Amino acid sequence: MKEKSKGGKIPNKVWLLISFLTAMILWYLLSLNPKTARSFPNIVVTFGAVKTMIGRGVFWKDIQSSLISVSAGFVLGFILSLPTAILMAWYRPVRNIIEPWIQFVRNIPPLAYVPLIVISAGVGRKPQIIVITIATFLIMTITIYQGVINIDETLIKAARVLGATDKDIFLKVIAPATLPFIMTAVRLGASVALTTLIAAESTGAVAGLGMRIRSLNNSFESEPMLLYIIIIGIIGITVEKVIKLLERKLTGWQEKREI
Amino acid sequence: MAGEERNIKVKIDNVKKIYNSRNGEMIALNGVSLDIYENEFICVVGPSGCGKSTLLNIIAGLLEPSSGKVYCDGKEVVGTGTERGVVFQQYALFPWMTVKKNVMFGLNLQGIKGAEAEEKAMKYIKMVQLEDFLDHYPKELSGGMKQRVAIARAYAVNPSVLLMDEPFGALDAQTRTQLQSELLETWEKERKTCFFITHDVDEAIILAQKVIIMSARPGRIKEIVDINIPYPRTQETKMAPEFLELKNHIWSQVYQEYLEVRK
Repeated sequence: MKEKSKGGKIPNKVWLLISFLTAMILWYLLSLNPKTARSFPNIVVTFGAVKTMIGRGVFWKDIQSSLISVSAGFVLGFILSLPTAILMAWYRPVRNIIEPWIQFVRNIPPLAYVPLIVISAGVGRKPQIIVITIATFLIMTITIYQGVINIDETLIKAARVLGATDKDIFLKVIAPATLPFIMTAVRLGASVALTTLIAAESTGAVAGLGMRIRSLNNSFESEPMLLYIIIIGIIGITVEKVIKLLERKLTGWQEKREI
Repeated sequence: MAGEERNIKVKIDNVKKIYNSRNGEMIALNGVSLDIYENEFICVVGPSGCGKSTLLNIIAGLLEPSSGKVYCDGKEVVGTGTERGVVFQQYALFPWMTVKKNVMFGLNLQGIKGAEAEEKAMKYIKMVQLEDFLDHYPKELSGGMKQRVAIARAYAVNPSVLLMDEPFGALDAQTRTQLQSELLETWEKERKTCFFITHDVDEAIILAQKVIIMSARPGRIKEIVDINIPYPRTQETKMAPEFLELKNHIWSQVYQEYLEVRK
C-alpha cells in the first residue's frame, strides 16, 4: 500500500538521500555551535578517528569482540526461546508459571543486574554472552509465544478434518503459521542484542565497541566515541535490513505485514 | 426422489451439548435427533446462538457431545474422519500454500503424492474454475475464489458427507448467488450428502431438500420443512409462488425464535 502524500512523486531513494543530507547538515551545525561542538566533532574528524583506533590496534578487535558476543548471545537466546515459547503456548501450567516472570524481568534494564552476573560468572566473554542471552531470550520468547497462541484455530480444524494427525498439525500447520512471528522475534532479538551491548560489555570486557565507548569516556575522547556509536548504528541497520529481506522471502504469503 | 430407497448416512441421536462458562452452564443443544439420508441436501437455519455450528462441529468430530451420539454409516463418530469434509465460513485456507498445494494438502496426508495427487487436485480445481490460479497464494484471491478453493480442497479427499458452516456468509450477494448455483450443479453431479448451515432463508430453500429450523437457546429442532421444488433450481425459482410460500413460513418461524433470543 503506497502512502499518498504531497511528496508522492519523489522516489524513495531520493527521500533517503534528502534524509541523509538533512542529518549531515544538522551534524555540521552541531559541530559549529560551541556548546555542542565537544560532543559532536565534525564528520571528517570523527571518521578520522578510524585511523587513530587502528593505530592503537583496537579497532578491528573491538568490532570482532562485540560481534562475537552479540551473535553468541543472540543464537543462545533464540535456541532457548523457541522451545520455551512453544511450551508456554502448549501447556497452560508452563505459561502460568513462566509468563509473569518474563514480563517482570523484561522491564528491568540489563545494566541493573550485570553486577550480579559478574559475581557468579566472573569477568570476560562469559558474562557478556549471558547478559545478551537473557535479554534476547525474553523478547523472543514473548514474541514467538504471542504468535503461537494467536494462530487461527480454524486452520488447525481444517487440517484435522482433512485427516491430519497431531504431528502433521505441528509440522505442517503450526510451524509455518508461526514462522512470521519467529522472523519478527529474530528481528527484535537482534535489535535488543545490540542495545544490550553496552550493559553486556560493562562486565570487565577487554575489548568491544561498548566497552571502548565507556573507556574513551574516561579520557573525554569524543571523536572515536561518536565513531563507535555510529558503527553500532550501522551494524544494527544492516542486520535489520538483511532480516527484513529474509522475511519477505520466507513469509511473503502473509495477508498483511505489521511492525 | 419418491420411492427411491435411501440409507441413513448420518444419524444424530439425542445429542446434548453443555458449555461450561464463567456464568455457569450453558445448554447449547438439547435433545437433537435427526436422520440425514444418503445424497440428501439439508440446510439448517436458526437465529444466532441456536447451536447450529455446535451441531456441525459435533458431526465433524471437532467437538464431543455432552450426551447422545452421532453415527456415520452406522459407526459411532469419534473424532474427525476424512469421510466427513468441512467447509468453514472463514475459508481456513493455509496462507503459505498456493491454490494447488491447498487442494493437495488432504491428498498428501492420505499418502497420495506426486502426479497422482496433482491430477486429483486438478480435477477439483477445474470444477471450481480456478485452473488459471494454480500458483496464486490465498492473499491474491477474492473472497469468492478463496471459498471455491476451500470447496475444492474439501472435495479432493472424496468425503461422503460435506458439512458446510455458513460457507457463503462472508460473501457479497452476487458472488453468493453464483456460488450457490455452482454448488447445486456440483451436488447434482456428485450427489454427496450435504449438511449446510446458513442464516439466509432464501439460500436454504434454493439449495435444500429439507430445511431444519432450529429454536433459540437451548438449540432444538423446531420444525423440518420438506422443500418439494424440483431440481434443477435456478435463480428464477426464487420468484415461484411455492418458493415464496415456503419462504414466508420458514421466515416467520425463524423470526419467532429471533424474538425469543432478544427477550
